[in-house]
Amino acid sequence: MVEQFAKLDIRKDENIVYKRTDLLVDRPLSYCPGCGHGTVHRIIMETLEEMSIQDKTIGVSPVGCSVLAYDFMNIDMLGAAHGRAPALATAIKRMWPDRFVFTYQGDGDLAAIGTAETIHACNRGEHFTMIFINNGIYGMTGGQMAPTTLPNMRSSTSPYGRDVETMGFPLKMTELIAQLPGTYYVTRQAVHTPAGVRKTKKAIRKAFENQKNKTGISFVEVVSNCNSGWKMTPVQSNKWMEENMFPFYPLGDIKVDGKLVETKATAAKE
Amino acid sequence: MGELRLMKGNEAIAEAAIRAGCDGYFGYPITPQSEVMEYLMMEKPYERTGMVVLQAESEVASINMLYGGAGTGKMVMTSSSSPGISLMQEGISYMAGAELPALLVNIVRGGPGLGTIQPSQADYFQSVKGGGHGDYRLIVLAPASVQEMSDFVKLGFDLSFKYRTPALILSDGAIGQMMEKVELFDPIPRRTEEQLIQQCPWASTGKPKNRDHNIITSLDLDPAGQERVNLKLQAKYKVMEEKEVLYETIQAEDAEYLFIAFGLSARICQKSIDLARAKGIKVGLFRPITLYPFPVKEIAAISKKVKGILVVEMNAGQMIEDVRLAAGCAIKIEHYGRFGGIIPNPDEVVKALEQKIIGG
Repeated sequence: MVEQFAKLDIRKDENIVYKRTDLLVDRPLSYCPGCGHGTVHRIIMETLEEMSIQDKTIGVSPVGCSVLAYDFMNIDMLGAAHGRAPALATAIKRMWPDRFVFTYQGDGDLAAIGTAETIHACNRGEHFTMIFINNGIYGMTGGQMAPTTLPNMRSSTSPYGRDVETMGFPLKMTELIAQLPGTYYVTRQAVHTPAGVRKTKKAIRKAFENQKNKTGISFVEVVSNCNSGWKMTPVQSNKWMEENMFPFYPLGDIKVDGKLVETKATAAKE
Repeated sequence: MGELRLMKGNEAIAEAAIRAGCDGYFGYPITPQSEVMEYLMMEKPYERTGMVVLQAESEVASINMLYGGAGTGKMVMTSSSSPGISLMQEGISYMAGAELPALLVNIVRGGPGLGTIQPSQADYFQSVKGGGHGDYRLIVLAPASVQEMSDFVKLGFDLSFKYRTPALILSDGAIGQMMEKVELFDPIPRRTEEQLIQQCPWASTGKPKNRDHNIITSLDLDPAGQERVNLKLQAKYKVMEEKEVLYETIQAEDAEYLFIAFGLSARICQKSIDLARAKGIKVGLFRPITLYPFPVKEIAAISKKVKGILVVEMNAGQMIEDVRLAAGCAIKIEHYGRFGGIIPNPDEVVKALEQKIIGG
């Protein structure tokens, strides 16, 4: 009794330094413990709350691990067919130009089956935000090889490692779309450390702010772990990501204010 | 009387879309329907009414743009021809599952495969039996004139919003390309944001504080939930079958024999009736206008008054299956068709009636 009273006493507005945003629905996430999706969901929703645009935002969720994103994000959303989120967002933004529109897609969705929709939405310079979660694997279907799977990386459909001779090379979609005149802000981030979370959130804020000026596509890639698909513990998977994913997918801004920037991301050759 | 114009069927579709208050057209060029988007781009509807017109990168993109637009309550449409409509089937299934209103136009050409660019009615099965995956139906309207190409745009939008399901205008390359007199309906203003939200409270338009968030999806991972979705769809289709059947009869009152045909074939049959009656053969026409919902009861009733029925289609025999199901086995029902882009002439239809029904 005394203890409960003490807790309630502490939970006063002036004592609260951090809480779940109301823009996240209060229900358990469907993601594996350790996965980056939940963190990215949270910082997108915090961004919308800070910008006070919940009532002006329409989101598009993909097919993949985040197929149920609309159950967790407390905003109006549409669930797209596999790969087609940029087509939906194109029409939504064209017909609701005052709304903030974003897509949320994984690497299989955005960089394999949806390649055409991704490239053409970027090339037309649609004025919406694209969030791209890249974990180098098809998570939901059980860890198959993705377009972004690294050379020699094992997956359930490349059980002996990705042989680039027969299975092709990993696709750097973010560098590719940065070349298109319709993209305005292109960046690659990660949420495996508190500093990374802060940087990613800043990037997402910028990507949404850009919609106010109708600048073209703002594209935020988040390199993420998939501890279940990679068959590792969360800690191991984040270490593996740093050692293997980041050299191939270097973090940093690739295009800012419509201009390609010379960073380790663009300078890196493999 | 509305404004009269001499127009191609494809142009009539486009003009009617602007006048119906359509919010967005998304398409991809394909013969023989490219005039729809060409007319829209030339007309600048974004200046006339604020309507968006966008050339997509593929039919796959167009149909998913429709899904996006329809999910926000907007009045959206696309047009294509057979191979392009085949590409759209996944998206159409999603829209039926998510209960989204939209207007689709198929200016059919001969198939299968790349086929030909000449007119055909070989997409009947695809249109009325599903086409994409899952248990769903489309409202299917079959115009037989350029006038109906215009009128059915408005009707198609009305029905698709009434039942929250995609509607399809199933036409063909001849009606799309031919020119006829059209009486255009008076322009209807596009809905304001307030009107749209009032009409479509389910749409994802941006969540205000006073309602729960709206989700547009065709996914329900719980089998019991997905069965409920299916039962809801089937109940809706049942209402459509009871209330929305449209058909037309021509010279059927005293007929001993009957043509049953839709779209262009029905136009050809009208001439065949004249030729046959000049020979003393009392033949009439029954024309289904809604191919789904199909006029089952009406065909069952009229079949009891005639000695035989010739189903005339520009395909190898598709609608005849539904005619036989409706009419039963009491009288002779045969099919006459040309395919691959060949349009039958009225004489050969009369000959087929004489050989397959009267003499057969």
